[in-house]
Amino acid sequence: MKNITQHIVLAFIIASLFGAVPAAAQEQPDGKDVFDKWCAPCHGAGPGRPGTGALQALYKGTKPALLEERTDLVPQITKNFVRNGVSVMPFFRKTEISDAELDALAAYLAP
Amino acid sequence: MALPNGVTQRDFDRALKEFTAAVGSEWVFTDEADVALYRDAYSPFKGEPEERVASAAVAPHTVEQVQAVVRTANNYRIPIYTISTGKNLGYGGSAPNLSGSVVLDLKRMNRILEVNERNASALVEPGVSYFDFYRYIQEHKLKVWMDCPDPGWGSLIGNALDHGGGYTQTTFRNHFDSHCGMEVVLANGELLRTGMGALPNSQTWQQYKFGIGPWIDGLFSQSNFGVVTKMGFWLMPEPDAYLTGTVSVPKHQDLVELVDILNYLENSGIVNGMPQLGSPLLGGFFAPLGTELSDLLARGASTDELEDYARRQGSGYWSCTLKFYGPAKAIAANWEYAQEKFAAIPGATFENGETFRFPLSSAEIEDITSNQAAGSRGATLPEFGVPSLTMFSIGARTENNPNPTEGHMWFSPIIPRTGEAIFEANRVFAQAAKDLDLPIGPVGFNLPTTYWNRAFIYLFGFPVSRDIETNQRNRAKFERLVQIAAEHGWGEYRTPPAYQEAVLRTYSFNNNSLHRFHETLKDAVDPNGILSAGRYGIWPAHLRKP
Repeated sequence: MKNITQHIVLAFIIASLFGAVPAAAQEQPDGKDVFDKWCAPCHGAGPGRPGTGALQALYKGTKPALLEERTDLVPQITKNFVRNGVSVMPFFRKTEISDAELDALAAYLAP
Repeated sequence: MALPNGVTQRDFDRALKEFTAAVGSEWVFTDEADVALYRDAYSPFKGEPEERVASAAVAPHTVEQVQAVVRTANNYRIPIYTISTGKNLGYGGSAPNLSGSVVLDLKRMNRILEVNERNASALVEPGVSYFDFYRYIQEHKLKVWMDCPDPGWGSLIGNALDHGGGYTQTTFRNHFDSHCGMEVVLANGELLRTGMGALPNSQTWQQYKFGIGPWIDGLFSQSNFGVVTKMGFWLMPEPDAYLTGTVSVPKHQDLVELVDILNYLENSGIVNGMPQLGSPLLGGFFAPLGTELSDLLARGASTDELEDYARRQGSGYWSCTLKFYGPAKAIAANWEYAQEKFAAIPGATFENGETFRFPLSSAEIEDITSNQAAGSRGATLPEFGVPSLTMFSIGARTENNPNPTEGHMWFSPIIPRTGEAIFEANRVFAQAAKDLDLPIGPVGFNLPTTYWNRAFIYLFGFPVSRDIETNQRNRAKFERLVQIAAEHGWGEYRTPPAYQEAVLRTYSFNNNSLHRFHETLKDAVDPNGILSAGRYGIWPAHLRKP
C-alpha cells in the first residue's frame, strides 16, 4: 500500500496544503498525506521525533522504531492509538483526523 | 450523554437539531466515543468523577455558522466551550471548565485569509496551526517568520489568546502583544471587529491596533466574553543573519550583575533574540545532572562548595547565551558591544557561538533538530520560526526516562527580572520541593525562561499519572505551590482549568476587585452565561459560589 500511494503524494500535498481541498480529495484521503501531516512530526525519521525515540526506547531494536517500517500494524491498532492516545501522545478528534482519513492512514500503515 | 446542568432534555435536543441545521450532521458529535475525544488528554482528574467532560461538540466551518450556533446556545441557554485547535496540552487541552458544556470546535475554520509580505502581517482563522502557517510560508516562498511556541500543532489564535510565548525576536515572542485586530462573535451572535477593523473600508486592520476609544482586545484573552473568529498577527521579516555568543561568570553572586546588564541590553534593543540563562554546571536540557552535583544539591551545599565545584570543573558558575538577529555586520558589532558591557564583571569569559544565514537549508534544519534532540544548549527550531514537536520529549519514553508520564501540567509563575529574585525563587521553591515532596525533579538550581524582556517565568512541569491517588496528591501540591508563590508576590501567567480559580483568588488586591470587575463584564456581555463558563475563574452569575 505504501508504494502504491507514494507517487501521488506530492500532487496531493500541493493540492491540499492550504485553503480548500478539492472535493474529490476530501472523498478519497491519502494515507501518506495524513501520516505526513499528523504523524511525521513525532513519528518521522531522524532525531527530534519524540514518538520515534519512544518506540526505539521501548523496543530496543526488536521492532522498527519507525511506524512506516512496521509490518505488524493491522488497521485496528493504528485506529486504537489515534483515537485513544498513549502516554504523552494525545488522542485526535474527528475534526483533526476524520474517520475517512483514519481509514486511509490505517491502510497506509497496514502490512 | 451528560446533559448540561439546568438544561432540559427537550431544550438540549432542540439545540442539537438547530446546531445540525447550521453545520451539518457530520459536524455535530453526540456519540459517546466521539465526545470522549474532547477530554483533556493530560487531565489531572483521569478516572475521577471530577474530570471535566463535554456533553457534545459542534464544529462550524464559517463565521456565519459560529453565529448560528451561538444564537441557538444563547436561546436555549446551553453552555458552550470554545477551542481552536484543542492542543493546549499542559494547560487544559480541549476539555471545558464546566462539565456538560458543548464544545465549540473551531478546528475546521482553518483558512489563512491573508499574508501580506510588504506589511509583514497575516490574518487567520482559529483552526490554523503553526505547522499550517509554516507550510504556507514555505509554499509561497515568503520572507516572513511566524514566532511559534514549542508544539507546532497549536493554534496561532488559541496560543495568543492564552498568552503563549515563543523564541524569535523580542517584538514577536509575546504572541498576544504581536497580534493586530480581531473579529469576535458575541454571546448574542453579533459580530464585532476591533481596532481598525471597526472602520468600514479600512485598509489598516493589521497595521494599527487601537482604532478609536478603549482597546478591548485584551478582554477576549484568557476569558469568556466572546468567540474569536479571526485575528491579525505581525510577522517577523526574515533577517539576513543570526549569531549567538555566551558570557560566563565565575561567582554565585555575579548573577545579579549579569541579569542587570542583560536587561539593559535587551531593553535597549541591542540584544534582540531570546537570551538563555543557564549554568555550565547543569549541562544540556535533557541530560541528567552529574552525580557529584546531584549530591551537592541534594544535601543543600553552600555557595562556597558550589563555586569550588565550578572551579574544579574549569567552567563558569552562570552563563547567558545571547542571540542576535539582523545584518551580519550589525549583529557582530552588537555582540562586541555586549562583551564590553559584561566585561565589567570580574572574571567574565566569552565564547563565540553559532552563526546562520537565511533562509536555512534543509540540512541545517536537520542539524538543528538533531542538536535540539540531543539536549544541546545551541539554537533550536522555534528560534527560526520553524515549528516542531521536539519538545514533546518531555515526559515521553526515552533511554533516560523508561517510565513515561500520562502528560504534564505547568506551574508557571512570573517573577521579577533580577538575579536576587532568582536566588529567592530557588530558595523558596527548593524549600517547597522538600516540604511537599514535589514531583518535579531537583529544585534549587533552576533558571527561569526569558520569553519576555520585562519579567522572568519559572516553568515546572508536574507529571500526570494513571494513578488516581498520585494525581490527587499532586493536585494538592500544585495548589499549595500556587499559594506559596503568591505569598512571595509571584503569580502564574497561565494555568490549567483545574487551578484557574485558585490562581485567580491570589490576584486579590482590594477585596478581589479584578475578579469582581470580570464578573461585572461577564454579566453585561454574556447575561445568560453561555460562553466558556468558568474559564480563568470567570463564572456566570447563576454558577457563582457564594
